[in-house]
Amino acid sequence: MKTCLIVDDSNVIRKVARRVLKGLGFEIVEAEHGGHALEVCSRSLPDAILLDWNMPVMDGYEFLGNLRRMPGGDQPIVIFCTTENDVGHIARALYAGANEYIVKPFDKEIIATKFAEVGLIDFSQLPPA
Amino acid sequence: MTPSDFEYLRKLLRDQSGLDLSADKQYLIESRLVPLAKNSSLAGISELVQKMKGGSSLLVTQVVEAMTTNETFFFRDKVPFDHFPDVIIPDILRARSSRKSIRIWCAAGSTGQEPYSLAMCLREMGTALVGWRIEIVATDLSKEVLEKSKAGIYSQFEVQRGLPIQLLVKYFKQQGELWQINDDIRAMVQHRQLNLLHDFSQLGTFDVVFCRNVLIYFDQETKTNIFGRLAKATAADGYLVLGAAESVVGLTDSFQPCLDRRGLYRPTASASSKRIAISGAFVPSTAALARP
Repeated sequence: MKTCLIVDDSNVIRKVARRVLKGLGFEIVEAEHGGHALEVCSRSLPDAILLDWNMPVMDGYEFLGNLRRMPGGDQPIVIFCTTENDVGHIARALYAGANEYIVKPFDKEIIATKFAEVGLIDFSQLPPA
Repeated sequence: MTPSDFEYLRKLLRDQSGLDLSADKQYLIESRLVPLAKNSSLAGISELVQKMKGGSSLLVTQVVEAMTTNETFFFRDKVPFDHFPDVIIPDILRARSSRKSIRIWCAAGSTGQEPYSLAMCLREMGTALVGWRIEIVATDLSKEVLEKSKAGIYSQFEVQRGLPIQLLVKYFKQQGELWQINDDIRAMVQHRQLNLLHDFSQLGTFDVVFCRNVLIYFDQETKTNIFGRLAKATAADGYLVLGAAESVVGLTDSFQPCLDRRGLYRPTASASSKRIAISGAFVPSTAALARP
């Protein structure tokens, strides 16, 4: 079973994302900020990371830089999930090594198609169009 | 909605657009037409029907458009957009190496996500297409939908469905909360209003026809009729692409499925005899020049 780390300081968002991603067959780990997420990753790297941008202690952008410098840190597929919707933020995220980018608010279908796009789930798992 | 309202709308939609609504599709009528009634300051569907019976042709047009507008998104179903650069285009590049032109038709182009996805696919193929004339014709029944397609402006929600973020950054410009597809991609697509029930032979012959998720709304007889005419509009060595849930089985002998390529069909020999008998081959039109 693939694991997904959900990093968001809102427990409502974590709860919603957890439900969607469990439905797609992921085992879920949660972190409420980038510092906590780095601890999780230093113990065991997940297959996927759903990452908020603005969080206390360490934001998602700084976390991503740290993650990509860790041994094996290039492996997890990172999908930003944030309210930051301008092209500047998106370009910075991609440059820092993000694989995909979701702008909040999201729904189940957006999560599923983005995860399929980066190869984390099979397109056949998508609900029929 | 009363049974007689439903029957009236059902018959009207059948006659005007070929849309074949079964009794279990009442919810679809309600979800599409209640907002339309409200916008027209009418209390509900019954009042809407009264007004249409009274001869409001504007309302009739709006109802047909509202009922036949289908949800779509970029790179919908993904598989055809893998076949397109991996199978279809390389094959056509070989077959048309002397003419160096490719004609593509999106027969239910809707709000533009499909034709623009194809245009982006072609751009992503890079130098392979340098010097080729590429024409993408997007048709739809609805004027309103075509206007949206022409404008190429999408909400944040729309660009998140199916469109990889790298392509969003590369091919779209942000305008506040909206995103507009770049002019050079927009220029690759021509728009025409067209009802598939009517004659479309004036469009000429295409190398690739995308006709996805529209025939499902028609009855058997209409499907067979449209397949027959699509066969004439498809080059003998061209391709037809249908939606994931669609098939030609039991409907036509003009197309046969490509083995192991879901959704991909090619004209049969019987289709090509009809084509020669009935229509000419290539009809050039005001093509937008593609500059990959």
